Amino acid sequence: MPHHDDDMRQVVDLIIDNVNQLKNTQGLKAPAQLDSATALFGGDGFLDSMALVTLVVAVEQAIEEKFGTNVSLADPGAMSQEHSPYRTIGALADYALRRLRAA
Amino acid sequence: MDAPVTLITGTRIGIGRHLAEHYLRLGHRVVGCSRAPVDWTREGYNHYGTDVADEKGVKAMFSAIRRSYGRLDHLINNAGIASMNHSLLTPVSTVSAILATNAVGTFLLSREAAKLMKRKGYGRIVNFSSVAVPLKLAGEAAYVASKSAVVALTHVLAREFAEFGITVNCVGPGPLATNLIRSVPKQTIDRLLSLQAIPRMGTFDDVANTVDFFLRPESGFITGQTIYLGGV
Repeated sequence: MPHHDDDMRQVVDLIIDNVNQLKNTQGLKAPAQLDSATALFGGDGFLDSMALVTLVVAVEQAIEEKFGTNVSLADPGAMSQEHSPYRTIGALADYALRRLRAA
Repeated sequence: MDAPVTLITGTRIGIGRHLAEHYLRLGHRVVGCSRAPVDWTREGYNHYGTDVADEKGVKAMFSAIRRSYGRLDHLINNAGIASMNHSLLTPVSTVSAILATNAVGTFLLSREAAKLMKRKGYGRIVNFSSVAVPLKLAGEAAYVASKSAVVALTHVLAREFAEFGITVNCVGPGPLATNLIRSVPKQTIDRLLSLQAIPRMGTFDDVANTVDFFLRPESGFITGQTIYLGGV
C-alpha cells in the first residue's frame, strides 16, 4: 500500500492530466502552471459551473480506471460551500482520496 | 461494432421486457436490469440484477457497461412500482418505496447515463410518467407524486444535459394489460379509459412507437417533452 503522500501526488497528477485534456479537447482556459494550490472553482478559480461538472465526471472515471474503485465526487454543498472540495486541485485530490479510502 | 447500446430498466416483465425484445429486433445491444432475476434470455441481451434505487448497485452496473461497451446511446427509465390505496390508509414505507423506485431511480440512472453519454456528446433518455398525473387520480397519491416528479426531472434534466447532446423526454401511458394494474377493479379501469380521447387500453406497441420517436437521431431538437397516450 503506497504511502499517503504518494497517493495524494498520484491523485493531484491525475487531476492535472484531466485539466490538460480538457484544455486540449474542449478549449478550457486554464493557467499554464497547475499544482495543488491552483484555484479551480469559486473565487479565483478558472472553471465555470459546466466546466466543473465536466472535470469532476472525468476525474471520477479516471480514478476508477486507475484505482479500480468507483467513487462519487458529488457533494451537496459543492456549489456554495466556503470550504468546497472543488476550490483547488489539492482540495479536490484530498476529497477524492477520502472517498477512495471510504469506498 | 456500431449497433447502439440501449439500457432499459425493469425488463423482467411488462413494458420493459417488451421494449427489450423490440430493440433487440431492431439490432440494438440491449442491457436490462431488474431487482428479481429474469426467466428469459436473448442473444445480444445482457441482464443485471440491479435495484434502480440502490446507488452503489447502479454505479457498479454503469462501470460494467462502460467496460463492456465503452458507450451508452439510450436509456429507457421504465422501472416503476405502484400501489393503489387511499392516502389515509397508505403506510409511509409504501410512499418511500414508490418514490425511491420511480423518482430517485429515474434521477440516479439519468445521472450515471449522462456521464457515459457525454463522452460521445450524444444520448437519448426516455422517462416513464403516467396519465395518472394529468388525471390527478384519487387513490394513487404516492404514485402520482412520484410520476409528477418524473415529469419535473424530465424538464430540468433536459436543460442540464442539452449541452452534452443528450435529450430527455417522457412518455405517459394509460392503462395497459400489465401486472401494475392487475389488482385494479375493472370498473376503475373503465372509468379511467372514459377520460381518454380514445377510450381503449394501450398496447405495448403504442408505447414502443412513442419511445422510438424520442430515440431517433432526427429527434435531436425534441427535449423536455412528455407525451401522454390516448389523448389525455
